[in-house]
Amino acid sequence: MSQYILLRHREIPNLDQLDVYLKHGGFEALKKVVTQMQPADVVNEVKASGLRGRGGAGFPTGVKWSFLPNNIWPHYVVCNADESEPGTFKDREILESNPFQLLEGLMIASYAVQANVAYIYLRGEFWQIAHQLDEKIAELEKAGLLGDNLFGTAYSLRIYTHLGAGAYICGEETALLESLEGKLGQPRLRPPFPAVYGLYGKPTVVNNVETLANLPPILENGAQWYRRFGTEKSPGMKIFCLSGNVNRPGNYELPLGTTFRELIYTHGGGIPEGRKVKAILPAGASSAIIAVNDDTILDTPMDYESVAAIGSQLGSASVIVADETVNMAWLVARTVNFFKHESCGKCTPCREGTFWMNRIAQRMMAGKATESDVDLLETVANQIAGKCLCALGEFSVMAVQTGIGQFRVDFLNQVKQTAPATQGD
Amino acid sequence: MANEVTLTIDGKTVRVPQGTLIVDAAKKIGIDVPVFCYHPKMEPVGMCRMCLVEVGRPVMDRATNQPVLEADGTPRIAFGAKLETACTTPVSEGMVVITQNQKVASARREVLEFLLTSHPLDCPICDKGGECPLQNLTMGYGPAESRFLFEEKMHLAKHVPLGELIYLDRERCIQCARCVRFQKDLVDDPVIGFYQRGRSLEIVTYSEPGFDSYFSGNTTDICPVGALTTADFRFGARPWELKPVASICTHCPVGCNLTFNVRREAASGGKLVIKRAMPRQNELVNEIWICDKGRFAYHFVESPQRLTQPLVRKNGELVPASWEEALEAAAQGLKQAGENLVVLAGGRLSNEDLFNLRKLADAQRGKAILYTHMGGGDLTQQVGLTPGSNLGSLGKGDAVLVIAADLHEEAPIWWMRLKAAAERGAVLVVAGARPTRLERYAAKVMRYRYGEELNIIQSLMDGAVPELSQAENLVVFYGAEGLDLLGTNALAQACATLLYRSGHYGRPNNGLVGVWKEGNAQGAWDMGFHTVGNYTRTLSEAAAVLIAAADPAGDDPLLAQALDRAGFVVVQELFLTETARRADVVFPAQSFAEREGTFTSGERRVQRFYPVIYPVPDCRADFVITAQVARKLGHALEMASPAKVFLQIASEISHYQGLTYPRLAEVEEQWPPVGRSDLYYGGTAYDNRQGMGVALPALCQQQGWQLPMFWNDRLPERTFELAAMNQQGMVWLVPFNRLYDRGTTVKPSQLLEKRMVSAHIALHPETARAVGLSGVEKVQVEGLDGPLPLVLDETLPQGVAFYPRSAGVPALAPRGVKLHAVKAEVQEG
Repeated sequence: MSQYILLRHREIPNLDQLDVYLKHGGFEALKKVVTQMQPADVVNEVKASGLRGRGGAGFPTGVKWSFLPNNIWPHYVVCNADESEPGTFKDREILESNPFQLLEGLMIASYAVQANVAYIYLRGEFWQIAHQLDEKIAELEKAGLLGDNLFGTAYSLRIYTHLGAGAYICGEETALLESLEGKLGQPRLRPPFPAVYGLYGKPTVVNNVETLANLPPILENGAQWYRRFGTEKSPGMKIFCLSGNVNRPGNYELPLGTTFRELIYTHGGGIPEGRKVKAILPAGASSAIIAVNDDTILDTPMDYESVAAIGSQLGSASVIVADETVNMAWLVARTVNFFKHESCGKCTPCREGTFWMNRIAQRMMAGKATESDVDLLETVANQIAGKCLCALGEFSVMAVQTGIGQFRVDFLNQVKQTAPATQGD
Repeated sequence: MANEVTLTIDGKTVRVPQGTLIVDAAKKIGIDVPVFCYHPKMEPVGMCRMCLVEVGRPVMDRATNQPVLEADGTPRIAFGAKLETACTTPVSEGMVVITQNQKVASARREVLEFLLTSHPLDCPICDKGGECPLQNLTMGYGPAESRFLFEEKMHLAKHVPLGELIYLDRERCIQCARCVRFQKDLVDDPVIGFYQRGRSLEIVTYSEPGFDSYFSGNTTDICPVGALTTADFRFGARPWELKPVASICTHCPVGCNLTFNVRREAASGGKLVIKRAMPRQNELVNEIWICDKGRFAYHFVESPQRLTQPLVRKNGELVPASWEEALEAAAQGLKQAGENLVVLAGGRLSNEDLFNLRKLADAQRGKAILYTHMGGGDLTQQVGLTPGSNLGSLGKGDAVLVIAADLHEEAPIWWMRLKAAAERGAVLVVAGARPTRLERYAAKVMRYRYGEELNIIQSLMDGAVPELSQAENLVVFYGAEGLDLLGTNALAQACATLLYRSGHYGRPNNGLVGVWKEGNAQGAWDMGFHTVGNYTRTLSEAAAVLIAAADPAGDDPLLAQALDRAGFVVVQELFLTETARRADVVFPAQSFAEREGTFTSGERRVQRFYPVIYPVPDCRADFVITAQVARKLGHALEMASPAKVFLQIASEISHYQGLTYPRLAEVEEQWPPVGRSDLYYGGTAYDNRQGMGVALPALCQQQGWQLPMFWNDRLPERTFELAAMNQQGMVWLVPFNRLYDRGTTVKPSQLLEKRMVSAHIALHPETARAVGLSGVEKVQVEGLDGPLPLVLDETLPQGVAFYPRSAGVPALAPRGVKLHAVKAEVQEG
């Protein structure tokens, strides 16, 4: 059996060419879905597969689809290709090298909720990919695989790409929808959720690139086949983006439930110069930092439940490894600066809080802080937590809270410095 | 009621309609949940996070769908881990809300600390200081000191003009988006918005001129900090030095309730000076809004050009005279004229003034004529809106017809309220000869050619728009665009017939409303004034003319000539107008801000206004001047006080029966509560403590009333033949209204100078070609002085020439004219 169900291009050269993709079973799943299955059957099959959203929240995909009301039309499907979590680079590989699997997945999702228009929202830096996707979309339309009356049925679908303008917040689904509508990228109040009031106020499914790429194999091979991978509650394969202090950073497609140890040491080639792992950020900058002060932590399986059980989140599985040389105060300062830069400004705690945290962190890194500033930074983070309009603000304090909580000594050492920190910059 | 839910807030049980937000439910029982971004007139956004409260909901047994009970029989309540925003969370059955505990108090203190990290804390020089929600809520809930280092504050531009009317202080802005949402959602002028993100988020405007909206001043009221200020008031005074005085706006027939803020100033010799005009809450009239004309165009009352002493013509010259001398001269002149007296009054006068003027005309057996070319005031008395009507309550099942009026320009607050009614589901039908802004919200737009207005009404009577004819309630607004007196009379009659036939009269939210040019035109009709079709003849044949608050000579050279031919002319005025220059006696009148009185709005609500500033020395109120002239002629008119004149009005004019000044000063509790420090919704608007006025009954509510039949079966198809006129090489010259014109009471407000419309003639390019004016820059209108710039506009109807009213084009009412090209003169030097 093949090693990959998502990164199949690693085994099949030129999979981004339509003829190659077709030769390897491409669009068979879509054909089966459109010609042989009722939309509800598709939703049920995906529900049965246990597929959970790969964008970070891990919400069951089929369940999300089933929330769309059938008395409000049209429905929309939006592919979230805004991939902007620091340390996440999995969607890019799919988009670049296995684009037809994403497009097929997007079409299956659209059929499942009977959307006739789907959008792919890409981060602005992906303009080249968007250009390639436009060509692929045109190619599909020319080949009769996309457009009106697919496979001779009454079902029609159009797909459009749309580029963002460089805002992290537009990966948040409601801000994405605002941006897609041409407005300022700021999150909406929820409820109502996009499933009921989404794009242009219509029922909308927003799914991540990787989530959608899972659909063709699931529909082709069935839910039970898919459940052979991963764990009971987190079934399937997952692309882990490994970065930081590892010998072989990169994307690794592994079953959910693979341990950190296997990812870092078996696949990632371990830590340079045989150093010890100090901390792991399993979900990019949004992570609660996992302190690896006990070696058994590395044996934690990377599935949604197990990572939550040790006080963090799997998120989009962008595993950033920090070894014992890393000054955690520096790392936290970097995340703080990132969130200050990316805060949309809509709600007070995030707009003002990230700005304030950044001021303190800057002072700390410039060697102009005192011990009380460490406490202040922690207090400000606690003060932001639980008050924000969307998850960005809530995530902005994760690294601060868990960083200071677990590595206070790094912070105290840092404030003893009277010269600016140099590491990493 | 089935659609109500019961919940508990701080231990108090409250029952409110489903869908009510926690913040509103709390305010209803006197519990203040502090807010910045939330505004009860707008959709919630949950941005500022100031309103966080603890919310618990009953735990439901999934199997039985019944609440799980505690041992003591009370429902088990589950509280969320996080606090929730009271402004975005709707109430639900059995909900328990806690607004007073340590957790909520901490959240409020923390959110305020956040807001203040960016705030410049320049309260001592801030216009909002003293009436600032941020200041007040910081006092109430904020931290005593900040842990943010002052030198780490971000510094931003403090004097950013968003146009010449509104200034932005970027440092003070707390990004609540109230202004942005008001402009976008409530008045559909999305000319300001957010730029950038995060802490760099800032308000910008891209319109030309900047912040191009007739409603911009309202954003300075609802701004919860001193970020937005008006050019009129900024750095003008501290709020606590100001005294509020209730008044009524005189600029249009909406009758917006105002508060003038005044203070005594050494710089003005200890006189009371108006520092700003603010909206005063009247949910039945203007809610909490006013347009920028109402806010900024009050400066005429303090103009140095005001008349300050009586003038009498001696040896052909107007020279200052004593009151006694002037009164004597006026009386002599009028006495000699005998019965051939014309009293001509403008609709900006108060009811008391108009009543006395009409009484004088009656006593002398003369005629009392309203200076207008819009008819139908007798019909609005009969089938006008009745007590209990409220445009703010129109919605699903109701219908509104607007014909021959451009409400955005003529009565902006009506425009705003009808837009809202349409958005609530009322069927809005807009009929006009040219596109207007209200059409955006119309369920149906009906276009006609000038002269074919009645055809539209006929088609509606024939059922062209069943949602209108069959609506539960129907309000008809008719204007005078493109119509002369005969035309508006006919249109009013047609509209009344429409309402009568479909039964839409005599009950609340039904009836006819005149879109008058002047604020108190309806009052003038009520006081017994009438119209004439031909002012030229009326004036030139009069042995004596008494003119108050009208400037026919300034409006039209033909009327100026007529006035020259008239016998004796007496004028009561604020300014030395063209008409006053031609008078034999001129009396300096007090403006509405110097005295009290009443106005009757287009919706037929009688409202009181109060003395705001000390009278200009030696000026007298119009009703006093009239009464003093009358006494010299031997007629005892009331002049002791406006209240006493009003008692006479109430006893003589049937639908004013029972009204008194105290009755007009009554107020009732209004929702939402604004302008009260105990239930602070933020922003500045004034609580109404001086009277909400009284709506007049309609004559049709009297038993046995019937509408007189104007026509037999069908309405006439046309009031005039535009095509025939065009065939003779003539165009229909139509004045259109612009909010910022150059009228007597607008022009002195220099702040609006840049936005005031200038005299010009506008034509459709096709019409310009047809009358041989292609490529021409200036035109001469036959019969008028001076050439006028020509503007081509493809959105205008053909066969018609337009000019802005009260902007210097000397023509009063529509008429057929010929246009001639003016050859470009060679500029010398």
